[in-house]
Amino acid sequence: MAMTDTTSNAPANGKGTGFKFDIQALGPILALVVLIVIGYLLNPDFLASKNITNVLSRSAFIGIMAVGMTFVITAGGLDLSVGSMTAFIAGIMIMVMNALIPALGTGWGVILIGMGTGLMLGAIAGAVNGLLITRMGIEAFIVTLGMMVIFRSLVTWMADGGTISLNFSIGSIYEPVYYGGLFGIRWPIIVFAVVAILGEIAMRHTAYGRHCAAIGSNEQVARYSAVHVKNVRLMTYVVLGILVGLASVLYVPRLGSASNSTGLLWELETIAAVIIGGTLLSGGFGRVWGTVVGVLILGLIDNILNLTDLVSPYLNGAIQGVIIILAVVLQRARKSSR
Amino acid sequence: MSANAAIQSEPPQAEMSAAPILALRNVQRSFGPIQILFDISIELHPGEVHALIGENGAGKSTAMKIMSGYLEASDGEIVLDGQPVTFARSREAEARGVTLIHQEFNLAQLLSVEQNIFLGHELKKGWLLDHATMRAQTRELLDRLETPLDPRAKTADISVPEKQMVEIAKALSRKARVLIMDEPTAALTTRETEVLFRQIDRLKEEGTAILYTSHKLDEVARIADRITVMRDGHIVRTALRGELNEDQMAEAMVGRDLSDMFPPKRPADGAEPVLEVKNFTIGTLVKDVSFTLARGEILGFAGLVGSGRTELMEGLFGVRSSTGSVAINGRPVRIHNAEEAMTAGLVYLPEDRKENGLILTQDMRRNLTLLALKKFSNIVIDRKAEEAALDKAIVEFDIRAPSRDVLVGNMSGGNQQKVLLAKIMLAEPQIVIIDEPTRGIDVGTKQQFYTFIHKLAEAGHSVIVISSEMTEVIGLCDRVCVMRRGRIEGEVTGQEVNEDVIVRLAMGLEKKGNGHD
Repeated sequence: MAMTDTTSNAPANGKGTGFKFDIQALGPILALVVLIVIGYLLNPDFLASKNITNVLSRSAFIGIMAVGMTFVITAGGLDLSVGSMTAFIAGIMIMVMNALIPALGTGWGVILIGMGTGLMLGAIAGAVNGLLITRMGIEAFIVTLGMMVIFRSLVTWMADGGTISLNFSIGSIYEPVYYGGLFGIRWPIIVFAVVAILGEIAMRHTAYGRHCAAIGSNEQVARYSAVHVKNVRLMTYVVLGILVGLASVLYVPRLGSASNSTGLLWELETIAAVIIGGTLLSGGFGRVWGTVVGVLILGLIDNILNLTDLVSPYLNGAIQGVIIILAVVLQRARKSSR
Repeated sequence: MSANAAIQSEPPQAEMSAAPILALRNVQRSFGPIQILFDISIELHPGEVHALIGENGAGKSTAMKIMSGYLEASDGEIVLDGQPVTFARSREAEARGVTLIHQEFNLAQLLSVEQNIFLGHELKKGWLLDHATMRAQTRELLDRLETPLDPRAKTADISVPEKQMVEIAKALSRKARVLIMDEPTAALTTRETEVLFRQIDRLKEEGTAILYTSHKLDEVARIADRITVMRDGHIVRTALRGELNEDQMAEAMVGRDLSDMFPPKRPADGAEPVLEVKNFTIGTLVKDVSFTLARGEILGFAGLVGSGRTELMEGLFGVRSSTGSVAINGRPVRIHNAEEAMTAGLVYLPEDRKENGLILTQDMRRNLTLLALKKFSNIVIDRKAEEAALDKAIVEFDIRAPSRDVLVGNMSGGNQQKVLLAKIMLAEPQIVIIDEPTRGIDVGTKQQFYTFIHKLAEAGHSVIVISSEMTEVIGLCDRVCVMRRGRIEGEVTGQEVNEDVIVRLAMGLEKKGNGHD
């Protein structure tokens, strides 16, 4: 750091960053392409539309949350609670829907109320995180770590240590929200795509995205530049909460149940996808399309390990871990070479 | 240039016969294809203050970094005690008695003053740290520097001048034989500068060789035994004490005549106040301040560092909470944050452009439009309008950057400041508060800034200029408020705007009412 020579206005610097930026942008895509090739070579079924559909719809949950997480991290924050928040929201949604059946019967009415509950709860949970962080001034890591444990415990308690199951007839009406779709594309994939596109636009082309990056780079500069630092930060958590709600709305019809193990470690997978995609963990720079690539990379690794017997699928976590660390090491290397 | 070269080719050697401790001989340095230093030879003699002056980008910092082991020379040699050396790193230079005090502080914010002073050189008693001795030595050093600081104080909590003193204490504790000071007085008040000069005198007597850089030429004229002037990576002039006056120094640095640093003063456009501040108070930092500002006026705020000038302006800008009344165009306003200030037509250019002004890791365009981003965005940001605004700013404020996408952190201080000024002017403010307009920027660019400020006033903006540089306030402003300990100690206008009166007010030697008592 002491080496930064501010007095020499060397044009070489400018060119250097521009060139390296391209490599940085291409890195994750390159990794994705390599993975696809490897997957295909190991098992030609890999590219079958059924398999792709499977991978994408399972990745959609992480993906939807990861788009929200990109904004949180870009603005210099972090949210560790999203995994257990999913479990909690799913649990409450199921309990609400089950409880409403005697009054409203089994139909879309109940499901719509359930969906509304999920989104609402997500917004509230996000707001609680955000308010504790911005108004009380507590570290995001601490707040969301606490919330993670609280939500997990609440789900276990609500399920009394077991599983909360959705009423069977409601479940079969609700099922198409996960398994159905448009033009052969499942709903979760469509929703993920829409969320990602909106996220990309918001990040790159709106004042909100610009403000998130400004806050993550230098909060003081943002404040002196008329950015409502607290409100923008708060909104990143609320939006993430709503997206967690949305992911839960899509998740419930998949299994029709919620338990202590629902959404386990999803927070880590979500954060990992964001970081692999090139967003800086320290904030200040975020890339939604990169996050999407990150989600796909993680999803494909899981899938490839399942399709081939080259490496035990039990090692999936270890491989993901290596990739996460590698992604950050590469970021670091680029930064210092600048 | 050729005339200068002729003078320079006669090396002055009369009284300085002692061998240099440290010397650069024909040093070259390039960054990639760009050569920054050309054939630099500088000698540092024991007991001598050698001032190195030049505009930003002239290569001073690079030369200093090569001397102190932070950078390697591309060619040429570094000679220490008559022997050619290569410092593989700054620690090696330090171990041999060559210490650089950075312009930007290298202090660990969360460590105490004492921990910082001994960082990497902790005194030990067996396995354990010798806290008692370190504390005693810290006290002694701080006493010597007349800085009443608790050695246990957290570095983040002390003021900027105090940090500078801690840096100096740190260097003193290393028993440096060669002390290289990169603009040590940039952040110091007059009083602190005096303390520093006494220390420099003392170090000289002890036989320390000192390399000193500053943009404040009066200081250079005062303390330098030998002066080297750099321009565009070349040494253009070397002189002994008394051979160059301040004007000649500036001329040699810039390579042109600088007799008119300041545009002629202009009166306000009328008596009608644009801004009226009454009984403005911020905790204990600013007490009961009242003043007015007219259309087209350039109002100066002088005072020692810590007198509450910056805090007052931050309060007006809404980034500090305050009490009291503020009226703009006769209408009372309450400003709670920067956005409300901007809406009310008031903007503030912060004192510390790197901490509060610019995002160093982003490009010019994003920095430029951040404050006034609303003007550029409906639902999405109008990229074309942004680019057009950048084009306009580059021309209007003569911003020089290697490319449009360069990160602001890689630009020179003067160009950063231009981007910052362009940024706040995009908000089309009526009232512009500029805190230390030319801190750490070179003489040529300073002059440009004075012209910019003048033009702003001419265009009908009302401008407040805070500055620790007396010449700046005196040269720019027809009316000056002098602050001391959070209050306006007095207001001077017209002929009274001179150094003597302002200093006396700032030091509390004279009391003056707002013109009528």
